[in-house]
Amino acid sequence: MNFSIILPETFLFLWAILIFVSDFFTKEEKKANLGYLSLLGILVSIFLLFSTGQGELFGKVYSSDALSQFFKMVFLLSSFLTISVSIDFSSKIQRHKGEFFALILVSTVGMMLLSSARELIFLYVSLELVTIPLYVLAAYLKPDPKSAEAGLKYMLLGAISSAILLYGISLIYGITGTTFLNEIKTRLIVDYLQIGPIGSGLFLSFIFFIAGFGFKLALVPFHMWAPDVYEGAPTPVTAFLSVGSKAAGLVAFLRVFFDSFLVYNFDWVTIMATLAALSMIIGNIVALLQTNIKRMLAYSSIAQVGYILVGMVAISERGVSSVAFYTLAYLFANIGAFVVAIAFELQTGSSEIKDYSGLSRTSPILSLMMMIFLLSLVGIPPLAGFVGKYFLFAAAVEKNLIWLVVIAVLTSVISLSYYVGVLKEMYFRKNEEQVKIRIPLGIRIALLICIIGVILIGLFPNPFLDFASQAALVFKY
Amino acid sequence: MENGILALVFYIFSGIIVGSGIMVVTLKNIFHSALFLVLCLFSVAGIYILLSAEFVAAVQVLIYVGAITVLMIFAIMLTAQLYSTSVRQSNEQVIPGIIIVVTLLVVTLVALSRTSWRVVSQGIEGQTTISIGKALLTTYVLPFEVVSLVLIAALIGAIIIARKE
Repeated sequence: MNFSIILPETFLFLWAILIFVSDFFTKEEKKANLGYLSLLGILVSIFLLFSTGQGELFGKVYSSDALSQFFKMVFLLSSFLTISVSIDFSSKIQRHKGEFFALILVSTVGMMLLSSARELIFLYVSLELVTIPLYVLAAYLKPDPKSAEAGLKYMLLGAISSAILLYGISLIYGITGTTFLNEIKTRLIVDYLQIGPIGSGLFLSFIFFIAGFGFKLALVPFHMWAPDVYEGAPTPVTAFLSVGSKAAGLVAFLRVFFDSFLVYNFDWVTIMATLAALSMIIGNIVALLQTNIKRMLAYSSIAQVGYILVGMVAISERGVSSVAFYTLAYLFANIGAFVVAIAFELQTGSSEIKDYSGLSRTSPILSLMMMIFLLSLVGIPPLAGFVGKYFLFAAAVEKNLIWLVVIAVLTSVISLSYYVGVLKEMYFRKNEEQVKIRIPLGIRIALLICIIGVILIGLFPNPFLDFASQAALVFKY
Repeated sequence: MENGILALVFYIFSGIIVGSGIMVVTLKNIFHSALFLVLCLFSVAGIYILLSAEFVAAVQVLIYVGAITVLMIFAIMLTAQLYSTSVRQSNEQVIPGIIIVVTLLVVTLVALSRTSWRVVSQGIEGQTTISIGKALLTTYVLPFEVVSLVLIAALIGAIIIARKE
């Protein structure tokens, strides 16, 4: 066995331990250095990711392939951006600053392992490694009751969703007698040929899987936690939750459904398509009513998951590659929007949309960046979001899911109005008291990466598309 | 004959599990609830023995009965407000809650009764402890190790959340 393929995760975890330990020896005013140290660890891990090869360990428990590499890159990027922003955010986090960075790294390790998991027990354990640090991070501003509420809500609902997922796993084990994803598929086929339909237990297990992963993705109707948690959690954590944690749920979803359940039609496509449609409709309409930018972005991210699922239900190579591609585009645009919100919050202490009025006069560059990120989320050419949505919808049209694409396009138009609402405040409202937003180094780095990402992917999508289509080749359709 | 006795024992244990489970969530005194939880988890260990999974049963007793509930009882006894006072265990949503739970139960029962399960005619030869140990250190060594990472993360997280400023 070639153990080097698991090196990026191993390294990052050891690095997280290093951060935990060096926290003891770091003076309070120098804790920011731990943040830079964490960034270094992530860079090394990205390097290791592309220098180690692909392969399988322990009889397909762990497999490093194009799909996992693609998503590991997404996780490492989102964790890099989050930590880079948190360095400056640490004036708000008054205690345990070192552990803050380390916990983000641990959660990232969980996501990376999850994207490689091809066995259900390992998948479950990695999922817990993703979420347990996130519960803590959501409650990090403990004296703030909203943050404590966010942590508690996230933990209670997360525990329930884990239990439901475990029940689903136990049912599928009872039906097939194995926990290996590819083996489940073969056994389901063999059983079907030998003894006929397996019955409704399989369907029930499938519903439990949707509920378990749907929670992580904040998919309607499992989205109720998202707005409260997103609002209460420290804003860098919210950014991480909205991208990293979602992408982790997504990759587990892809693995389970395309590796195991893609056996015969028991209409899971219809269910998924309905959930996608509901997410897009409810997410976008409720986002219209929000006055707090964190809540607005929470609902918008619920809707974005709906768009991603449009590509998934197409069940084709193009569909999966567009899902992966859109995740990357969404990463830069969404984290970018959050970074602007963080810079604003640090200076003014507010995340109400109405307080953004007149921002374009005092901070023109920041406002311009916010505009680009929001327009990319809507899907306006030539930005990354446009290319992403185009491929998602094209994949669905190919499979004759016209009704879904119509809903997706209509809700995109609705989404324009709340994104533009923010722009209207910034550009067309006058506010003489608006302050100039100071942009510290970490936030500057994050903004730069996001803006380059959004524009570069929009203008030159081909190399990223190639990478995404390689990831999609992992599954047989 | 033997199967009949096994079935009888199974139903007795299941009855105890369900009964004590209901007591846990309805009793007013939280200390009594914790004691019923011990009974409930003990009977689950009984079911494991019945399935000749003696290692899992021992782990169940050691960890759930021995460690977790004892810890809970300690916590209750050290919390003056909780101990020996009656706590309301339900709220206004109890009726919708019951409706949802009963629906879920019925749907699950119907679905599971209409499923063809993979039945293994033969159990594992000899002690399960050996096979579990082998599996944990060969095929499943990676999840086994990752569990320790989860524990570290949970431990550090718990300290961060619980520590006084």
